[in-house]
Amino acid sequence: MTDKQNDSNEGLSIEEQKKKAAAEAKAKALELAKQRQAEKEKAADVSEPIAEERELTKEELKKKAAAEAKAKALELAKQRQAEKAKAAEGSEPTATEPELTKEELKKKAAAEAKAKALELAKQRQAEKSETTKAPQSDEPADDLAKQKALAAAKAKAAAAAKAKAAAAAKAKLARVGGGDTSTEPASDDEKAKAAAKAKAVAAAKAKAAAAAKAKASREAGTDSTTESAGDDEKAKAIAAAKAKAAAAAKARAAANAKGAGTEPVAEEKPSPNQPILDTYRKVIKEHLGEDVLEDSYINRLSKDVPTLVAKPESYYKIAEFLKYNDQLRFDYLSEMHGTDFETHFEVYNHLYSYNHRQSVALKVKIDRTIATTHSITPLWEGANWPERETYDLLGIHFEGHPNLTRIMLPDDWVGYPLRKDYEPHDVEV
Amino acid sequence: MEELLYAQPGWTHVAIFFALGAALLVTVLGFVTYAILAERKVLGFMQMRTGPNRVGGRFGLLQTVADVFKLLIKEDTIPKLADRPLFILAPVIAFAPAFMVLATIPFSENMQFADLGVGLLYYVAVSGISTIGILMGGWASNNKYSLLGGMRAAAQMISYEIPLVISVIGVILFAGSLNLNDIVRGQENIAYIFLTPIGFFVFLISSIAELNRTPFDLPEAESELVAGYHVEYSGFRWAFFMLTEYVYLFAMASLTTVLFLGGWNPIPFLDFIPGMLWFGVKFSIVVFFMIWIRGTLPRLRADQLMSFAWKVLLPLALLNIFVSAAVKELFL
Amino acid sequence: MIRTEEMLLNVGPQHPSTHGVFRIVLKIDGETIIEATPVIGYLHRGTEKLAENLQYTQIIPYTDRMDYLAAMTNNYVICHAVETMMSLEIPERAEYLRVIVMELGRIASHLVWFGTYLLDIGAMSPFLYAFREREAIINMLNEICGARLTFNYMRVGGVKWDAPEGWIEKVRDFVPYMREELAGYHDLVTGNEIFLNRVKGIGYYTKEEALNFSLSGANLRCTGTNWDLRKDEPYSIYDRFDFHVPVFHTGDAWARYQCRMQEIEESLKIVEQAVEQFPEEGPVMAKVPRIIKPPKGEAFVRIESPRGEIGCYIASEGKKEPYRLKFRRPSFYNLQILPKLLVGENISNLITILGGIDIVLGEVDG
Repeated sequence: MTDKQNDSNEGLSIEEQKKKAAAEAKAKALELAKQRQAEKEKAADVSEPIAEERELTKEELKKKAAAEAKAKALELAKQRQAEKAKAAEGSEPTATEPELTKEELKKKAAAEAKAKALELAKQRQAEKSETTKAPQSDEPADDLAKQKALAAAKAKAAAAAKAKAAAAAKAKLARVGGGDTSTEPASDDEKAKAAAKAKAVAAAKAKAAAAAKAKASREAGTDSTTESAGDDEKAKAIAAAKAKAAAAAKARAAANAKGAGTEPVAEEKPSPNQPILDTYRKVIKEHLGEDVLEDSYINRLSKDVPTLVAKPESYYKIAEFLKYNDQLRFDYLSEMHGTDFETHFEVYNHLYSYNHRQSVALKVKIDRTIATTHSITPLWEGANWPERETYDLLGIHFEGHPNLTRIMLPDDWVGYPLRKDYEPHDVEV
Repeated sequence: MEELLYAQPGWTHVAIFFALGAALLVTVLGFVTYAILAERKVLGFMQMRTGPNRVGGRFGLLQTVADVFKLLIKEDTIPKLADRPLFILAPVIAFAPAFMVLATIPFSENMQFADLGVGLLYYVAVSGISTIGILMGGWASNNKYSLLGGMRAAAQMISYEIPLVISVIGVILFAGSLNLNDIVRGQENIAYIFLTPIGFFVFLISSIAELNRTPFDLPEAESELVAGYHVEYSGFRWAFFMLTEYVYLFAMASLTTVLFLGGWNPIPFLDFIPGMLWFGVKFSIVVFFMIWIRGTLPRLRADQLMSFAWKVLLPLALLNIFVSAAVKELFL
Repeated sequence: MIRTEEMLLNVGPQHPSTHGVFRIVLKIDGETIIEATPVIGYLHRGTEKLAENLQYTQIIPYTDRMDYLAAMTNNYVICHAVETMMSLEIPERAEYLRVIVMELGRIASHLVWFGTYLLDIGAMSPFLYAFREREAIINMLNEICGARLTFNYMRVGGVKWDAPEGWIEKVRDFVPYMREELAGYHDLVTGNEIFLNRVKGIGYYTKEEALNFSLSGANLRCTGTNWDLRKDEPYSIYDRFDFHVPVFHTGDAWARYQCRMQEIEESLKIVEQAVEQFPEEGPVMAKVPRIIKPPKGEAFVRIESPRGEIGCYIASEGKKEPYRLKFRRPSFYNLQILPKLLVGENISNLITILGGIDIVLGEVDG
């Protein structure tokens, strides 16, 4: 997802487009069905360079137009083709003139096939789940992205259920609304476009095109200012990955593989540590029962470390079990600290087993008002000072700790500095 | 000088003795000044740095003078809770014996202040008094580090005095006298280092320990006790302790020269060089050796120091008596 | 009546052998330690709190001030944490530069340890020899990043500066020179009877105790635990180098000494190989956004610093500042075993044991 990759994608896609344009010209002359598909691919491809380099797109469009002209001359089904050609061309001016986009959207919506309602639903779901997962940050960009995504999803739902024209209108509204509130209209337009296109493509049933567009939308994201780039990029990439996964489940998986980026696919692979986590879960379940763990997952961001979230009341029990069970034997406490997540405190332990050469992260969420948990110093002496540090800086009390006093700060310090609501006692300092 | 001692007392004699004492003191201070500089220079050379090179030309010839001057004009501080009279007295008690022992050392055939019959015994006995000064300073400072340093010093000096004295018995056996002049004369043909090498070895180690120098610098072990017994001293009181240390270095190197290296006796065929110079050369070698040791070895631990004195040096010193006796019987 | 009583001795925070502002309150009977209570925090600067209001790139200089003897590994650990979260691909050349500077830093750090340890034990000269070689390393690092101690060299995605002209050759020449000097150290110190007596059997602990007390680095490897994150959880490009992890079994200060001395040799091997394989051309910085924003989530990474495992925990909200940043500082964990080791020892051994653990107070206090 780096710029570097984007760069290479751009480079490739432009060349690729040219090649495709040539190939398509031939293909059209030969085959009706092929023509249609090729044109859809074009539509997808065209959207990509728009964001970056319009000059190239125009040239390319001209080529396409020429190819299409040939194809038209050959082909009986001129009407449909013309429509699509318009769609493709129409996407170009979108960037500059939003009015055109609306028209285009209507056309696309009209072109939607009801038979694709199922796919749409899938995609929508994926998108929704992603958007709801998106971080609740106070940055407007985030919210906008979410809003838009939701709006798009809604528009799709409506389109599938009702008349297409209505759906298009809604999508328009949503987009316009988004554009108004946005601080960066340019990028919003692009995003809206991308969303609209995603719809159109789904309607046109080419999943390969969908993948390509996911890429395109990602680029659109990076093209906007770097401030919002990270978030948008990420959200879109994930959405794209999900959409793709849904598509892959279908018969056209082969077509997908071509256009799919390698990275999102890798992310979807089950973690190599999954079996290890499953073992931990199983062993803990066998010995301690069902309801000792609050959660357990693989933390992909943290080198795929299996993570166990203990329930507060069974935290010590699990820790003890992790240390003394023969299958686990986590004899080394690598790290222990606490975090104030505002809604709750969290104590994080990174444990390591030298026998089995495995890691596990053991967490426990603590009620912020009580701020008390059991000390694990009786199990690992190494937790002694870290727990004192956590007590000192966060004010979490560890029951059963041999000497729970302040360690970094003076004994008469007021407050716990690492708490998010910490106010320095002495305002002068 | 002898006749002065037996002559009628009078003011002239007092004046002469005073002048001689002052001359010796100046000599010793001159030595101390340049011994410190030499130590710093030699250590600097061994550790690949320059050492003093600013005050007094590029060899830093006046560096120590400047340091002493600084100490002289420094504010004299005495801790509030210190035992004031003892605190003031301690450096004096430590320094006086160091200067007193010099009286018996024969620097050359004529250059000696007091030709005592029991010169060697006098040296050993008087130098023991310094321990009291150090212990007193450690106690009077009312500081835990200095107390620990003082206790260490007392333990160490008492322990090492024993092998030091016993190792010399070999020399006394050969010379048949405790008089240092006689001992030097006894080495006209062969230095005693060749006759009692074990004795020399034990004596050298014990003397380093007596001097509280690395690797036996436990009483003032910088990295452990910060500065040991003189941690609370500053200014000229501290300079006195420093002076004691270097005067003892002077005295001990002289004694080693006298007892084992043949004093002012020249190496065969080189007797046109004056005895005084021979003494100086041998003496310098000993001093250099001590500095060399300081630049090379780490410090012992207190318990190791004790067990080394009692379990290694003392038996060796005792063995040396028998060996020396046998050598004397069989070869001389 | 003669009576004895225990006394309290305050060692530090200003003391020649505590290597910074570390204080330990001893209850002693004569010179024998009955109880030892370490007091830390004199150098606490609240790095973790400060970091919550700083962007990731701005945090890097703060890490320099934690373990100021091996700041390169500190630089690396936070960059590595962010890079892990963002799944960044680091350019080859940057990876090699990172490894070279980190290993040089490791050698420099061990040299300081060697010198000061011997100084603690009472030998002055090795200190100056070690600092001469360290000076050579510091000069090289100065040349590459413009700082002698607080490097601020690494960035998320690579390193700040490419190696200047002829720098790699300097590093190449340094390796044989250092080997030669290292042999000199062994001649001077390693066989010295007094030194051996001071360190053998001192500060002994078992493997189980070491693990229980969360020790790491040479403090762990001296007990026979074969554990080096460079080997066992390879990060960066350490899996490309052929080196060996020195492990000793006696668990005392002597084993720790040997361990660190051999680590210098192994680091030299790594530097040598890295210089061999060093790519001719290429970028030293990956393309990263100007404002770094790791995705929402949390990550904990750990790497091998000269003192042990240094780790970095980041909880990110997807913003440009970390929500929570936590460093696992090896010295902090390693120091915990000290009170246990000191009971029954005398004051001389206090210095030997404390020095053997190899702490840096900037790191202990965070």
